[in-house]
Formats: sequence, C-alpha cells, structure tokens
Amino acid sequence: MSSQRQLRIVLAEDAVLLRAGLTGLLERFGHTVVASAGDADELIAATGEHRPDIIVTDVRMPPGFTDEGLKAALALRAAQPTLAVLVLSQYVEQTYAAELLDSPSAAGSGGIGYLLKDRVGDVEEFVDALVRVANGATVVDPEVVRQLLSRRRDPLRRLTPREREVLALMAEGRSNAAIARLLVVTEAAVGKHIGSILTKLDLPPDSDDHRRVLAVLAYLRG
Amino acid sequence: MSLGQHRVRGVWPALPRIVRPAGYGRGVQTRTAWQAVTERPGRFLGSSWPWRSLAYLLSGVLVGLGTLVGLLLLLAVGAVLIAVAVGLLTPVAFVLSGTVLARVERWRLRLVDRDPAPDPHRRPDRPGRWTWARTRLGEQATWREFGYAMLSALALWVIDALVVGVCLAGPVAMMLSPLIGNPVTGYFVLAGLGLLILPAFAYPITAWAAARAALARALVAPRETELGERLIEVARSRARLVDAFELERRRIERDLHDGAQQRLVALTMTLGLARLDLPPESETARQVGDAHDQAKAALAELRELIRGVHPHVLADRGLAAAVEDAAGRSPVPVEVDLSLPARLPDVVEVTAYYAVCEALANVAKHSQSTRGQIRGRLVAGQLMIEVRDDGCGGADPAAGTGLAGLADRLAAVDGRLFLSSPTGGPTVVRVEIPCPRNASSE
Repeated sequence: MSSQRQLRIVLAEDAVLLRAGLTGLLERFGHTVVASAGDADELIAATGEHRPDIIVTDVRMPPGFTDEGLKAALALRAAQPTLAVLVLSQYVEQTYAAELLDSPSAAGSGGIGYLLKDRVGDVEEFVDALVRVANGATVVDPEVVRQLLSRRRDPLRRLTPREREVLALMAEGRSNAAIARLLVVTEAAVGKHIGSILTKLDLPPDSDDHRRVLAVLAYLRG
Repeated sequence: MSLGQHRVRGVWPALPRIVRPAGYGRGVQTRTAWQAVTERPGRFLGSSWPWRSLAYLLSGVLVGLGTLVGLLLLLAVGAVLIAVAVGLLTPVAFVLSGTVLARVERWRLRLVDRDPAPDPHRRPDRPGRWTWARTRLGEQATWREFGYAMLSALALWVIDALVVGVCLAGPVAMMLSPLIGNPVTGYFVLAGLGLLILPAFAYPITAWAAARAALARALVAPRETELGERLIEVARSRARLVDAFELERRRIERDLHDGAQQRLVALTMTLGLARLDLPPESETARQVGDAHDQAKAALAELRELIRGVHPHVLADRGLAAAVEDAAGRSPVPVEVDLSLPARLPDVVEVTAYYAVCEALANVAKHSQSTRGQIRGRLVAGQLMIEVRDDGCGGADPAAGTGLAGLADRLAAVDGRLFLSSPTGGPTVVRVEIPCPRNASSE
C-alpha cells in the first residue's frame, strides 16, 4: 500500500524491547534502520553520520527522561530543515505538537510527524504515516486533532457533522484520496466538503495538501 | 509592570475562603477562673468555678507538701550517696524533678483554666536516658519548671493553705457555733450569718486560684516562641510529606512508563504484525484481532492512569503548558490566559496543576456550563489562578471530598482556596499559593 520508496531511517528509542520491535517492523516493510540510538547524543551523532531520509524518535530519552528526544529532533531540524522528523510520544501534549509544528518549515523542507506511541500497534497505518512524513507531509495524531477541535467549538459549529469529520482528517495530514477512502465517498465529494469548510472558516483555498494542513492546524491552534 | 500588576490585582474580587471546619463553634464559654470572677455574682456563685478553685488550692497544698517532702528526701539520699559517685547524679535528678511536677501542674491547671497547656519540651532526637537528660537540661522550659517546683514547695502551698484557711475558718466557725456554744438563739443567728457570708469568700479563693494558675501557666506552659518553633516544625514536616508524596508519584509514573507501558506497546506491535500474517477471514485472525484491540484499549487506559499520577509535561514545560493541555482535554471548551514570568518551584506547580484539574473536572461534571475560563498571574509573590464557568453554580465544598481535599492540599503549601458559587452561577474557584520570587527556578 505504501510507496515503493525504501527509507533509510535513524531510530532513537531507549527501551531495548521497543527498539528491536520497531526495527523488525520497519524492515519488514522494506525500510532500513541505518542506526539506532539509545539517547539524544547518539541520535544527533547518528543523524550526522548516516544522513537518513527520516528520523524517528521518542520524546522522552535518557539521561533526563524528560523531552531530550524532542529537543534533539528540533535542533537537528533547525540545522537541516530538509530533514524529515517523526516524533513518537507516550502522551498527547499540545505543547510538544506545537513546538514541532512551529519549527521552520519553508518550501521544500522535510515533513513533520507527531504521533502517539500507541499508533505503532496499527502497523500498516504507522508505516503509511512514516512514509508520508518522509515524503514531506505533516502528520498529526488524531488525538491531538480531536483536542484541538474540542477547543475551538464556536466557529466550528457552522460545519456539518460530515464536514467536521473531513476537517479532522485534513488536520491529521490526510490527502483527499485518503479521506475519500476512509469515509467511503468519492474524491469529488471530499473536494466539495473541503471547499465548503475553507469558505466557512475563512481559510484561503489551496491545492497543495501540505500547506493546507498547516493552514488548518494553524487555524485550530488559534 | 506596576500598572499591569495594579490592573491584575483590581480584577480579583473578594471571594469566601474554603477551609475545613475546625473544632470551632462552641459558642461563648467561660474559659478561665479570671473570667468567671468578673461575671455577674449570680452566675459566678452558681457555677462550678468556686468549687473548682477550692479544689485547685486544696490539691495545691497536697502537691506542694508532696514536692517539699520529695525534694528533701532527694537531698537526704544525695547526702548519703555523696560518698559514692552515684551521689553526683542527685543535682541532676533534683533539677529534672521539676519536669515531673510540671506535668502534674499542667494537668491540675485544667481545673481553673480550660485553655490547653501543652508540654513545652521537645522530643529528644535519639532514644536513651542520657540523650533525654541532656535535651531537658538544655531547655529553658526545664529551668522554668525547676523554679516553679522550688516556689511551689517553699511558698505556694503555704499561701494556698492560708487563703483557704482564712476564708473558710471564720464562716465555718460561725456555722458550727451552735454545736460548741450553748444552744442559745444568738448562736443560730451567728450560724445563719456565717452561711450568708460564706459565698463572699468564694471571691478571694477564686481570685487567688486564678492568680496562681496564671503563674503556673507562665512557668510550666510553653512560651509563644516555643510554640512558634513547633508550628514551623509541623509546617516543615508537612511540606516534607508533600514533597515525599510527589517524589513517590514521579517514581511510580516512571516505573509504569518504563515498564508496563513499553511492554504493552511492544505487545500491540507484535499482535499488529501477527494480524498481517494471518488469512483475513480465519478464526485465528479474528482472535488475534480481538487480542490486538484489547491490548490497545489497555494501553489507552494505562496512558490516562499515568497522566493522572504525574503529568510529565508539567515537569518538562511548566505550569502554563500543563494547564493548556489539561484545558485541551476538557469536554467543555476552556479559554486559558495564564502568563507567568518564569518556572515556579516544583511544589507550587504541582499543587496549582492539581487544583486546576480538580476545578476543571467539577466544571465538566457538575456545572452544565458551555464554556470555562482559566486566568492566572503571579501577583506580589502570590500565584493566583482562577477557574470560572458559566454554569449553574451551587457548588458546595461540604458535599464532596473534592474541594475540601483541595483546600487541604493547598494548606500544606500555605496556599488558600476561595469559592464563589451562587445558585444559578457562575462558579469561580480561586487558588492562591505563596511563591517567593527568589524561589522560582531558572
């Protein structure tokens, strides 16, 4: 289902069990874990050495077990904006998502992903998200989107229930085709919903998926 | 800055404070013999105070005599034992005997003074008789008590006896005169007169008892500073308890995160992979699918549990970020306006965070409101956070454990909780936590 592109990945995860599991999972889908890191310094060193297509890192890493992984990812991205970054978090924290989304993302910069660690259990969807991030997309965990939607209720009231569903999927970084598949409707219908949503929320129409996601997220975050 | 502070201060209205009901509400009551003496004669003479005073003085005579005898015996024993080395301990025992008497006196004091008179001594750091003796000898209270013992043995009991004797001898003799003199009518008149003036002597007896009690309180009850030290110590140990509790929560969170949570993630991953390998319509695939779903559900539950134990965004990003996140999870849309100049001390952040979470939970559960608002500022060394909703009001701190428990938790950090929740709303919960500026980290 995912593209045929074989990704070179640097994986940072301090729990040995998970690191082995994730490596096995990624390799099973034809990708290569070129290096795995047990802490933030190793992650930075390995990224410099291997020039991967994407780094996958846990937020919480030794030695402080707070947010070393996230900080390292942000630092790497600041130094090299084309680097795609997928951050896995044990919890949904708006703050972490916001810090990632606020990191510089000029045209041609690498994708950004922020997913709950639980999502690795849904292996196909997880690998699909990974590939999308590697291809430059923004992928935000549905849980983050759900929280964002519940916060900005007033203007969203103008949307129909179907439009809200579409908006949530847009904010997660899904393409029109993916939204159509998930909602079992035609792509044309999705396009119509999106046009209606953007009008109701006063957002500029944009054919570029990635920029559209960013606009929707920026709107939701207020 | 000052303008901003002024404005912020101006918009914090006065709200009633929530505290746990203490043992108040007994109404006005006479607490000491002094107060009793100044009451209306009818009330005073009809009360138990004259009798209590009499009992206090009579027992004072007995205790004073006992002390005198005890001290003399101790001296005698010391004189005999001075030949052997043990005799050297006698002066120590002599001084420390005051603490024993003081204990009896504090107990006796309750006869004429209802205010508590706690033990002024502190607990020795280590067990053992020597440590105890050294601790006691180093305390001012011990020497005050020794002084009181000397005073009691040499003077007070004599005065007690004199006062009681003089006051009672006349009237009692008058009352008994018909028995000893010839049964003439005049003696009966005298006896009647004695009975009449007897109550008047309740005044000097009670007055002396009150004066003696005041002296006893001054010498054997703890002084203000000693009590103050103890209160500070209580506050410190309470704060330590809160710290230890918080540390333990962090440890539990860490253990769950590093252990069970990682294993469950790995398990869902393995099951997810296994699902791929199975023919989609088979019975095994269905069972593995069920197992996969259950493992994911367990993981979600565990995640919420861990967040409740200790939210790690609080430690990483501070109060403002953690409150934003908590507000984001609230089913009622909540607007957050929380601006703090820097990170606050851990204990302040944690306490404030739980206060906000509790208030938000109440908003969601009881208020039927459609939106909420959180405002917070650091004003003059106080962290003030207000959670407000547009709901139905009527929150009662006595009804549930939530608000009262919160007040307790805040009290442990010298914080305060205010609540305004008229029927019909809106409900405002305000939390104030002292937060010295130089104590904030970073």
